[in-house]
Formats: sequence, structure tokens, C-alpha cells
Amino acid sequence: MRPGPFESNGHLLVSVPAPRPSIFAIFSVFFRIGLFSFGGGLTGWVYREVVVVREWLSEDEFMSGLAMSQILPGTNISNLSIYIGQKLRGVLGAGAAIVGLLSGPFFAVIAVASAYGALKTLTFTEAAMDGVAAAAIGMLLVIIHRGARRTTRNPAAFAALVATFVCVGLLHWSLPLVTAGVGSLSVLAAWFRRPSNAG
Amino acid sequence: MRDDLPLALLAVFVPFSLVSIGGGTSILAGVQHQAVGVHHWITTREFVELFAISRAAPGPGSMLATLIGWHIFGWTGALIATLALFVPSSLLCYGVALVWNRHRGKRWHTALENGLAPVGIGLVMAGVITVLRVGGGGLFSWIVALGSAGVLTWRPKIHPLLIFLIGGAVFVGVRALSGVHAVI
Repeated sequence: MRPGPFESNGHLLVSVPAPRPSIFAIFSVFFRIGLFSFGGGLTGWVYREVVVVREWLSEDEFMSGLAMSQILPGTNISNLSIYIGQKLRGVLGAGAAIVGLLSGPFFAVIAVASAYGALKTLTFTEAAMDGVAAAAIGMLLVIIHRGARRTTRNPAAFAALVATFVCVGLLHWSLPLVTAGVGSLSVLAAWFRRPSNAG
Repeated sequence: MRDDLPLALLAVFVPFSLVSIGGGTSILAGVQHQAVGVHHWITTREFVELFAISRAAPGPGSMLATLIGWHIFGWTGALIATLALFVPSSLLCYGVALVWNRHRGKRWHTALENGLAPVGIGLVMAGVITVLRVGGGGLFSWIVALGSAGVLTWRPKIHPLLIFLIGGAVFVGVRALSGVHAVI
């Protein structure tokens, strides 16, 4: 098997050289993500910075890394940062990503705890936080929109997406079990898919 | 007793680091049991407050560990708890990512990547549903989320903080107009 530029589901990947951002660039991107990630839209923010704006990773590289970071123990977002940092610049990249991600929130969370008494008395703090959280969800909807549109070209991938969503989101089955189960079937389907008969 | 605190923090959070499959929320109950019930580091009420703070502050929800460490042992405790929770899982993830990225281009790798990508999208969808259901915003959460998605699709390079600001302002506005509890 020649490691070619063809993805097996029929997309042509342009074989551009892998991007090699500086360690500082990785640190500063993840530092900003960590510090500004109010409302929990972390995945959406990482996707925007790394895939949309900087094009450090392809969509499939990001999504498969996301699935992997959910299967492994640990916070999804810290695992995703390690995965991205490692892919871009090896051990230093991974270190820059995780330290960048956590150093801002480390101080911020303690600052908020110190100011908690004062914040509690502000009437609209909670409303503002809910609004910010809702806006952050919009970033995730963008991922879903782009990703789901791609999978409709491929019945097996689309089935995997729907099955994962239904089992985890609606039936509340165990996330690691569903990911492992649906993931294995989906990978098997991808393995037997040939470039010639995509979909 | 107090001299043992750093070690006790390590003993509690290192194992949680390696069993927190599916993200930080999966260990929440276990952390509460250890911090409140077993070690009596904090009361249940303090735990709930620290939890709320960890959600309101930026960063992953698992920064709750940082807060517990800080609450009982100051900056040293915060640092130890954070490292204990993040270092073990990060090392494991680094090892997997190393193997994963080294075999890029092989057929099994391509199959894994193409097979796992739709699962990743499905998980994001499930997460969105869960957050929207748990969060207190109701219909307005959906409206603001869809609006923000629309703007971000229309202008992908717009700064998300601007959207967050608008989202927060909309919620404050709605709640100010309709009385504090009419909407939520």
C-alpha cells in the first residue's frame, strides 16, 4: 500500500507539506482558547482556531482525534490539545498545547473563587453566563453542520453518526461503550471501503 | 495531618485522572465522595459552590480539582491537584497520539480516521443536546445558539468573544424585560 494522497471515501487530499507552526504559536493559540472558553464551547473554539482559521489540521484529522480523546481517560479537551500539539510539533508541541490550555484557567478559576461572594450579588450574572453558554453552543453547531454534510455522501459514516448521537444523546448509554462499539463497526466499514466505490 | 495533605491530594486525584473516561463529568460523583465523605476536606455545600464556580470560570470543568486543592491547601494544593488530575491522562494520551500520528498514511490508520470521524461528530451532537437540556435557558438558548452558528457560518473569521458578548447581552436583556424568572 502506497501511502497516497487519497482518502478512501473518495475525497482528494491535496498533499501539501504538514504545517509546522512555532511552539510559541501553539502555546498562544491554546492559551487564548483556555482563557476565553466561557460556557464550555471549548471543542468548538479549538476547531475554529485549528481547522478553520489556521488550517493546521484537516477536518478528518480533527474529528478522529476528537473521538480518540473521548475514548481515552482524561478531560476531552486536554486530550484533544495533546493530540493536536503532538501532531504539529511532537513532545514540545503537546507540552505547549496543554500548558497553554490550562495555565490561564488555573489562575482564572481561583480568581473567580476569590470574587465569588461579590459576583453572587450581581443580579444578572447568571443570565449573562447562560447567554454566553448558548452562544458557545453555536460554535459546536458549526462543527456539526460541516461534519454532517460531509458524511451524507457515505451511508456507513452517516449511520455511525446517527447511531452515536441516538445512543449517547437520546438514550444516555455509556459514552465510552458506545464510542468503542459504534467506532469499531464504523472503522470496519471504512476499512472495506475502496477508493473506487466510495459510498 | 496537614503535612500529609499534598500526598492525600495525589492519592485521590491521580486515580481519577486515569478513570475519567468520557470527560470530567464522569468522575464528579467520585470526587465528591472522596473530598466530602472520605476526607472531609469540604462540606457538601462548599462542593456545590466550587462546582458552580468551575463552570462559571473559563477552562475545562475539571478545574474543580484545582479549586478543591486551593480551598484546602492554598496555591500548593491547587498546583498539586491540577497536576495530579491532568498529568497521568496527558501522558497516556501523548503515547497514543505518538503511535497514531507516526502511522499516518497506512491503510489501517486511514480506516481508523475515516471510521472515527463520524463518531466524533455524533458525540458533539449528543453533547449539544445534553448541554441545551441541562442549561436553564430553554427556547432562548436554542435561538441564541442557532443565531451564533448562523453568524459564524456567514463570517467564519469573526471573533467568537463578540458573539459571546451579544449572547450574554440578549439573555440579560430578555430577563430584565420579563422579570427574573419568567423566561427560564
